[in-house]
Amino acid sequence: MKILVPVKRVIDYNVKPRVKADGSGVDLANVKMSMNPFDEIAVEEAIRIKEAGKAEEIIAVSIGPAKAQETLRTALAMGADRAILVETDDEVEPLAVAKILKAVAEEEQPGLIMLGKQAIDDDSNQTGQMLAALMGRPQGTFANTVEVEGDSVTVKREVDGGLQTVKLTLPAIVTTDLRLNEPRYASLPNIMKAKKKPLDTKSPAHFGVDTAPRLTTTNVSEPPVRQAGEKVEDVDALVAKIKALGIA
Amino acid sequence: MGDGILNETFPEIREAVRRLCARFPGEYWRKLDRERAYPSEFVAALTEAGFLSVLIPEEYGGSGLGLEAACAVLEEIHRSGSNGGACHAQMYTMGTLLKHGSEEQKRHYLPKIASGELRLQAFGVTEPGAGTDTTRISTFARREGDDYVVNGQKIWISRAEHSDLMVLLCRTTPREECAKPSDGMSVLLVDMREAVGNGLTIRPVRTMLNHATTELFFDDLRVPASALIGEEGKGFRYILSGMNAERILIASECIGDGRFFIDRAAAYAKDRSVFGRAIGENQGVQFPIARAYVQLSAAAEMVTKAARMFDAGETAGTEANMAKMLASEASWAAADMCIQTHGGFGFAEEYDIERKFRETRLYQVAPISTNLILSHVATHVLDLPKSF
Repeated sequence: MKILVPVKRVIDYNVKPRVKADGSGVDLANVKMSMNPFDEIAVEEAIRIKEAGKAEEIIAVSIGPAKAQETLRTALAMGADRAILVETDDEVEPLAVAKILKAVAEEEQPGLIMLGKQAIDDDSNQTGQMLAALMGRPQGTFANTVEVEGDSVTVKREVDGGLQTVKLTLPAIVTTDLRLNEPRYASLPNIMKAKKKPLDTKSPAHFGVDTAPRLTTTNVSEPPVRQAGEKVEDVDALVAKIKALGIA
Repeated sequence: MGDGILNETFPEIREAVRRLCARFPGEYWRKLDRERAYPSEFVAALTEAGFLSVLIPEEYGGSGLGLEAACAVLEEIHRSGSNGGACHAQMYTMGTLLKHGSEEQKRHYLPKIASGELRLQAFGVTEPGAGTDTTRISTFARREGDDYVVNGQKIWISRAEHSDLMVLLCRTTPREECAKPSDGMSVLLVDMREAVGNGLTIRPVRTMLNHATTELFFDDLRVPASALIGEEGKGFRYILSGMNAERILIASECIGDGRFFIDRAAAYAKDRSVFGRAIGENQGVQFPIARAYVQLSAAAEMVTKAARMFDAGETAGTEANMAKMLASEASWAAADMCIQTHGGFGFAEEYDIERKFRETRLYQVAPISTNLILSHVATHVLDLPKSF
């Protein structure tokens, strides 16, 4: 079985994003970029499935600018076998990403497509679900545990109030939640080997996908600065304050 | 961003090291520091991930990268708040073996050193009666049949209790009988596992930082003659190039320490509010941080230059010395600035700054003190009269 793992290059989770002065988006100039953390969890899970002898090959795929090669090399250094970059400098919305991934899946025929549940830049949380719908295949989103057995995969999903277990027939789409695993760091020998692993570059046009945006971003703004609270002397003062504010 | 992360060298290696170190937070190091304990789990993680075999050629099981890559590893370890002192010598002590050992010795030892099965991270040179004046060492190896019989004493031998092998410099001909004082010394690769209790006694020396340093006593220790590296009497020359590598690598640890202090100070100055505004809004607070950054950036350039020269096969002795001096002074200035920026909190253990402050002070003294670097530059570069 092959596992396809899409990985997105996003603003590093440690960086405090700054909104552009004209409100058109987040300023990405001179900002550190990294692999989307949920995608790292997906790569890790794919490697664990392979290490358990239940998959033969892991293919990492990224849709984005030439620099996304670095993200793919990170996936290769972690343990993916080869990589595909679908190169474009345009902003690609979840639906177009899902269409490209569908086309890649048709060429590669993976048994499992493992995606991060969302990317930490736009927080859309759509690509996995759209891909499942476009392909007409079952989906297990927000995975907390993933168990591949024969021609099926059992996914425990993080839902409000607990875990829901679903069993999907392969090929299937799984999206990863935060608690699925703790991704490994690459070892030095694997970083060196990753430089020699194959990385193909293709274009959205190769897959016949129109990536023109369907949405228009009208404005991006910083969240409002939280106002400082007020300290009260004792419980009586607190109760009086609450009453005065009409909260209770 | 100003911290150089965007155009850093070896970004993948640095990122992996940062990830690894994130699993060993301040709490881990504080506990070890209190107990003066060895960071075994940290060293095991670095070993398993291959970061200590950076310099060992691929044919012997390492990654075959240069000193500049090794510098990147150590810099990131130190920048993260960790300390490479417990294991950095596993990177470079093997250099003496690699450059001057026989093919048989290399085949026998290097793959096991690369995998971490054998720890070669003790380097026995300094003696109570001979510091940097190495030619005056008196530990003597007398040839007896197929063995050398070693007698003498060494001090400030780091990690001796955590090393399976030690590169030991000793006299095999008395100084008075040699044509030159630097003749008559030899290098033995001592198997510590057999030596301890059979003529070698290790005594830990408690210091102001957690550095696992020791003194060694040799009392008729028998070492097989096959443990001799290279030719008898030429040992002094063999260890010199290793010392240059050591200085450059330690300079990179200073750069990492300096970045740690600057990262912490800048973050604290932005966050800490006094009199209703961030202390970093005061130029009296921000200028020292900026000055530390300027000083450290200049030192980092020198370290990179020295590492690149070394990797290009040049001796780089003067550059290694200058890099070590500049980096150790820049990290110390940054440490002092960081404590001052934090005020009382800089002294609280939980901030990790006082620990790093103690740790980074070492590097103006070890592996060579600043005065001896200045002496080298004065007499060897500027051709001033020798003072000793």
